[in-house]
Amino acid sequence: MSWLLPAAVAVPLVGAALTLVVGRRLLPQRLIAGSSIAFLFGAAVTLLLAVEEGAPIVSQLGGWPAPAGISLVADRFSTFVLATSAGMLVAVFVYAIAQLGRDALDWWFHAKYLVLASGVALSLLTGDLFNLFVGFEVMLVASYVLLTVKTDRREIRATISYVVINLLASAFFLVLIAIVYGATGTLNLADLAGRVADLPTGVADAISLLMLAVFGIKAALFPLFMWLPDSYPTAPTPVTAIFAGLLTKVGMAIVIRTQTLLGPTDGPSTVLLWVAGATMVVGVLGAIAQNDIKRILSFHIVSQIGYMAMGLAFVTVAGVAASVLFLVNQVVVKTGLFLIAGIVEREQGTGALSRSGGMLQRRPVVAALFAPLALSIAGIPPFGGFVPKLGLVQAGLEADQGGIIAVSLAVSLLTLFSMTKIWSAAFWGDPVPEAGRAGPGMIGATALVVAAAIAVTFVAGPAMELSTSIATDLLSSDGYVSSVLEAAP
Amino acid sequence: MSITILALASGLAGLGTYLILQRLLTRIIIGLGLISHGANLLIFYASASTGESPLIGGDDALADPLPQALVLTAIVITFAVTALLLALALRSYLLTGTDAVEDDREDRRIGGAE
Repeated sequence: MSWLLPAAVAVPLVGAALTLVVGRRLLPQRLIAGSSIAFLFGAAVTLLLAVEEGAPIVSQLGGWPAPAGISLVADRFSTFVLATSAGMLVAVFVYAIAQLGRDALDWWFHAKYLVLASGVALSLLTGDLFNLFVGFEVMLVASYVLLTVKTDRREIRATISYVVINLLASAFFLVLIAIVYGATGTLNLADLAGRVADLPTGVADAISLLMLAVFGIKAALFPLFMWLPDSYPTAPTPVTAIFAGLLTKVGMAIVIRTQTLLGPTDGPSTVLLWVAGATMVVGVLGAIAQNDIKRILSFHIVSQIGYMAMGLAFVTVAGVAASVLFLVNQVVVKTGLFLIAGIVEREQGTGALSRSGGMLQRRPVVAALFAPLALSIAGIPPFGGFVPKLGLVQAGLEADQGGIIAVSLAVSLLTLFSMTKIWSAAFWGDPVPEAGRAGPGMIGATALVVAAAIAVTFVAGPAMELSTSIATDLLSSDGYVSSVLEAAP
Repeated sequence: MSITILALASGLAGLGTYLILQRLLTRIIIGLGLISHGANLLIFYASASTGESPLIGGDDALADPLPQALVLTAIVITFAVTALLLALALRSYLLTGTDAVEDDREDRRIGGAE
């Protein structure tokens, strides 16, 4: 089974190379890209089912034992996030194909998309800090190209700030690697977990905070989020949707992994609590001020990241479990919301709320897809977003953190308010002239994502159980550490 | 020796920070290059050990090869991304006729400046 780990990373990369070999012919490109993404999804689900009951599956690359070689690790956490992400990759790919034609995502799209998928898989599966750097770079370089390839004059500045800030984050990552390697002499995460405990408090705190800053930029935590609402809305819809669903969440997954494995685990983290609160508030206030659907949703990405940081900050099983479930739920919901925003833009020719209206009358099916996601992101029962939010509040009450709970509930209300703003401007009112029509492929792919988001409600019990066992694994990292270090090459 | 490397690394990082804060894209790119060189030097400063060439079958006092592998990988990645950024800068110049990074219009509109 362990061969699936390197295969999950390699198959999309090989697929990317093959799509370039077949040239600009779209059909073979789609077949190659589609089967590579489907393989990644299948591999992720197989791994999730395999590790759900048992120990993590470890693959030692090159046959070197850990910590000398590079380990790929599939545990419950990484496979849960990877399986959800890969599912979204499949849905968005279908949407992108349906959008081809007039909104033309051309031949260049497939190779970049596959490289991005490979980077996501490597970042989530790797058990080595420097390999994580490489995984992030693979993911980011693909995202740079996807974001910039169709830009016009207005948009190029936003993409430049995205590239520059991420390059700066990569430089900080190198500094982090220098300090970690200098202090401990290892970069294997499992090996590090044992050695960080022996470091002087000052060095350990510095490493923990530097990790928070480096991965915080990728995850768009306050105050390092300002690049996100600028750059995301400028890309074509499938690209924005996959960025919104995956990139920040992968960043956040790494924050959760590194903070639980290497950070202090004795009591709530004050830094993270403040960061979480500020991220939520600033994100939602930014969303309220905006007029463009995609920009509103981009600010909500930031705001929702705050909730994940909040659960992590409690450093309790209940808190981390709610965070993990929240993260996975957001991967689905955010992808879906951006796909719908793309449909609205397509039909009306604009994403500006002031020039929208009447979608409910013209395309009731789109409204029916939007409503459950909007209510889910605001945390209204019985929709999917309610379960992790309830978990967060309960965990906060257990951890005696009344302040942050009050903030999070207020932010939920404001989230609902800005969703109503989209609803009343774009879906109610008199229809604006039709600019285009979203095909059945676009609607169908979006409906799949929405169905997955709604399904969370029906499997809330098992999902919460899985998240709780993930949180238990994360907080007592012994299982992870021993299975990596003892795995045969 | 080691204090020289440290001074050099922080000097590069400082210069790079100054350049990144400028509006001209070419300066930003040069600044990013300097900062990543600073980071690479820091990897050496923090972790390099002196010794014989690390070959199998050598003496006991071998140098640690890992920092060199790390720096080499980092240089290659930075090189590729810098090339991409330069292409982007050229594109920006062709589209806008200037090398400066503009303000975000939507931001200014919502902020009430326009």
